[in-house]
Amino acid sequence: MARKQNEKIVSLEEFQEKIDRDEKIEPKDSMPEAYRKTLIRQIGQHAHSEVVGMLPEGNWITRAPTLRRKLSLLAKVQDEAGHGLYLYCAAETLGKSRMEMTQELLSGKAKYSSIFNYPTPTWADIGAIGWLVDGAAIMNQIPLCRCSYGPYARAMIRICKEESFHQRQGYEIMLTLAKGTKAQKEMAQRALNRWWWPSVMMFGPNDADSPNTENSVKWKIKRYTNDELRQKFVDAIVPQAEKIGLTVPDKDLKWDKKRNNGKGGYAYGEINWDEFWRVVRGDGPMNKERISAKQKAWNEGSWVRAAAHAHALKKQTALQAAE
Amino acid sequence: MVSEEKETILWEVFIQPKNGLSHRHCGSIHAPDREMAILSARNVYSRRGEGQSIWVVRSIDIVSSDPDEKEETFSSDDKIYRHPTFYDVPDDVGHM
Repeated sequence: MARKQNEKIVSLEEFQEKIDRDEKIEPKDSMPEAYRKTLIRQIGQHAHSEVVGMLPEGNWITRAPTLRRKLSLLAKVQDEAGHGLYLYCAAETLGKSRMEMTQELLSGKAKYSSIFNYPTPTWADIGAIGWLVDGAAIMNQIPLCRCSYGPYARAMIRICKEESFHQRQGYEIMLTLAKGTKAQKEMAQRALNRWWWPSVMMFGPNDADSPNTENSVKWKIKRYTNDELRQKFVDAIVPQAEKIGLTVPDKDLKWDKKRNNGKGGYAYGEINWDEFWRVVRGDGPMNKERISAKQKAWNEGSWVRAAAHAHALKKQTALQAAE
Repeated sequence: MVSEEKETILWEVFIQPKNGLSHRHCGSIHAPDREMAILSARNVYSRRGEGQSIWVVRSIDIVSSDPDEKEETFSSDDKIYRHPTFYDVPDDVGHM
């Protein structure tokens, strides 16, 4: 059920002053409609991403190479489900119902991170996802812990605490493969080749082409722009790849001492934005499979939900009869 | 079809990390009854030993003050005599 919202109109100036004083906004506070809408969209997409994010990795649970790896992967995928739930719960505080969000995901109306529309053909892809995809997610999520909307910030704090194991388990998989046989090392390199560019694209369009950034920064939903976060990611990952003897698949990658205000950073090659927009619009390698997997799970779980409701009703009736 | 299904009840979840500390709000959960709410709350909010006791309360049962009346409800600026610094005590009295 949707919660009742505060419908009092707040002036944009008044609201901005509150934000500028670094005050947090809580669910029952009055807020401009555009702020509420931006958050519902962003938190909803974030929640859907966590939930769809279970699919590429779930693909490998039954085929994990050792029991240790299987335990870690199970725990990680369960965490992603939990993260989805923390975020749905934060979005619900803004007045959007869970059912509505579920419906938008299942109908294909809602967006989720395009990264999950890529396939996981080998075990090394699981390593690459943990290392790169979770690495990029952490880069994005750490500043969100200070987001102006209280419930979102609190959910992000829980999530970030849990995510660091995800990235480490991924890097450990890559490290192990890179130290293994020639075939294993090649498998790791190919997975890095597949996931590098989609991971770099996870930060979204360049700042100049990102229409939502300005308001989000002003309202302290976002603390860094897409390109700033992308730069941090590249700078963090390149030495990690070198450390395990893998090569980042970008021939234009080179140290540039002018980056990061003269502190130095990596210059990287041109991003294929055509591919990015193609996948966002639904034409990625796995878009259809992901949605149909979610629809199948929803439909096949229908009897479980019905049984849970029936059980709750039966117990309630028995309780009333006893009183 | 999704729309034919009814929304499950929304519960607020409170976790007590250990004896001696109070239960603290950590989020919400959907469940059709209280037993399932406790079970889901445990799975979602305590996967790493975060707590040893969980409370769940139906969200609609929580009564809240009006956020637009914060000043009227909570202002105490006019009652500074309720704070220890209001009272002058000579320095050489030491800590009091």
